[in-house]
Amino acid sequence: MEVESGYGFRQLFSGLGCSFRKFMFSILSVGPIPDHIAFIMDGNRRFAKKQHLVEGDGHRAGYKSLISILNYCYELGVKYITVYAFSIENFKRQPEEVQLLMDLLVEKIEDLLRDGSIVTKYGMRLYFIGNLGLLSGAVRAAAEKAMRATAHNTRAMLLICVAYTSCDEMVHAVQVSCREKVDETRPLWKSELSGVCNGRWVDEGGKNHSDIQMDEGIPIIKTGDVERNMYMSVAPDPNIVIRSSGETRLSNFLLWQTAYSPLYSPAALWPEISLWHLVWVVLDFQRKHSYLQRKRKQS
Amino acid sequence: MLPLRSSVSLEKKLLSFSRNSCPSTITQSLLFPSHGRLVQLKTAVSATGVAHREDDKGVNTGMASTWDLSEPEPLPPGLLRELMPRHVAVVMDGNARWARRRGLPASSGHEAGVQSLRELIELCVKWGIRVLTVFAFSSENWFRPKGEVDFLMGLFERVMESELQNIHRQGVQISTIGDSSKLPKSLQKLLSRAEQYTKDNSQLHMIVAISYSGRSDITQACKRIARKVKDGVICLEDIDEKLIEGELETSFSDFPSPDLLIRTSGELRLSNFLLWQLAYTELFFAQTLWPDFRKTEFVEALHSFQQRQRRYGSRNS
Repeated sequence: MEVESGYGFRQLFSGLGCSFRKFMFSILSVGPIPDHIAFIMDGNRRFAKKQHLVEGDGHRAGYKSLISILNYCYELGVKYITVYAFSIENFKRQPEEVQLLMDLLVEKIEDLLRDGSIVTKYGMRLYFIGNLGLLSGAVRAAAEKAMRATAHNTRAMLLICVAYTSCDEMVHAVQVSCREKVDETRPLWKSELSGVCNGRWVDEGGKNHSDIQMDEGIPIIKTGDVERNMYMSVAPDPNIVIRSSGETRLSNFLLWQTAYSPLYSPAALWPEISLWHLVWVVLDFQRKHSYLQRKRKQS
Repeated sequence: MLPLRSSVSLEKKLLSFSRNSCPSTITQSLLFPSHGRLVQLKTAVSATGVAHREDDKGVNTGMASTWDLSEPEPLPPGLLRELMPRHVAVVMDGNARWARRRGLPASSGHEAGVQSLRELIELCVKWGIRVLTVFAFSSENWFRPKGEVDFLMGLFERVMESELQNIHRQGVQISTIGDSSKLPKSLQKLLSRAEQYTKDNSQLHMIVAISYSGRSDITQACKRIARKVKDGVICLEDIDEKLIEGELETSFSDFPSPDLLIRTSGELRLSNFLLWQLAYTELFFAQTLWPDFRKTEFVEALHSFQQRQRRYGSRNS
């Protein structure tokens, strides 16, 4: 009887909590809701130390925290969420820790693809963003399977940055942009018959390519060209970046995409991040939204 | 023989005394162990209370705050020499808000902001910071009202003209980054002259980002690389982080990546400033508006920086 009543109370409080959260979200929804939030999930190991747990349990606690935050965000109406799961620099850690994280990643990818998971609940599409060639075969296969399995989902998007650094992403974007532009000029030559120079190019079939702006013999590369070739081009730029554990740096995360994003660094370690941190950040975002929109329109 | 630190403290006390009293000339004899010689320095206090230092040949060497020493000055209490950042970057935000709060036009705020910059440069020279990058004008700022933009261009010219000698005397080398083609011709010439005039200085390298955009910086690096690929100088496979870094506008600097970035006025964003270079930079967001950002606030930012654990993705243990 006592166990049953204890369970009953928990259900009651859980239900009340859920109702209160929905009520709070309905108030927040009166104002602008960020379209895209990015998280740097920092502090799992420190949490494990603080709670006297083994290191792996800190990362597991971090995963639970991630699922909670994802639930809150998608409930609130956020469409895109990006998380910094594993940096290329993290490969320099102890091999045991790297292996533990890779094993956890594979395990959790499988959990996400099960029926009843958050992926199916919110119609979420998964993207794994990074230099996936650096991952082991098993991890890469799991990531690619998850992307294929959720490719038809359109309601929300979860971008998991793994084997990622922003500099590596930009190197890739620069390589692809250079390849594109250099390839564009290969079949072209200046039209001698028309006597035109300075940017009038025709191909072997005589088709005019005067829309291609040239600069010293190659098409001009614009900011949009580089941006289009970023791994993160599948989503708009984040409206907000949140880094847990109080560290105020980006650590090579979305350097290009966060050029105009407000950055928040609550002191809580990642497994301690709660609904209230999210609510506070969204409220602050709403307070500054019209000012930031004005600033953006000026650019 | 007095140790260097206590001789410096004595000097400062005497200067303070001299500033508070009637204009006078006082002579202090200090032995600098690092130089191994006795240096006689006269400090003349002008009618405005500003102290100027003269060497033993009677030549005015500039402001009393300028130390003609090869070693940096002692740091404020609590700051450790070995944890000082080598490169500090600053987003000087809040001039217009500062003026608005006082019922003044935005131009007054920008002029007040010049004082803060002057003090920051002096402090960086004194404390041995090697590079200071200041975000003076972004590429997005061209969309501000024409009157404000014209005023800012005029202010940059006036400040550069009036401060060049002082900056040069402090051993500051000036460089600029950004799309200078959009600047007025007179300002372009002035900046070019300033860079040439100060190119051999080595106390502090001040990089002025004017008409600058972090994304454009990366894009222009991409263009330069594409040209090299087209000319056969490099292959596509050669493109890596080091190559891109070498083509960024900051590639001339000994320390292109800031250790610490300070943004004033409470805004929590980078605003398209030095994006690649800020990968592992510690960010400090100060509530103070730029014209109010002085030594106390800078020391607070440095304290915060020195508390931080920089891991660059790995572990400390």
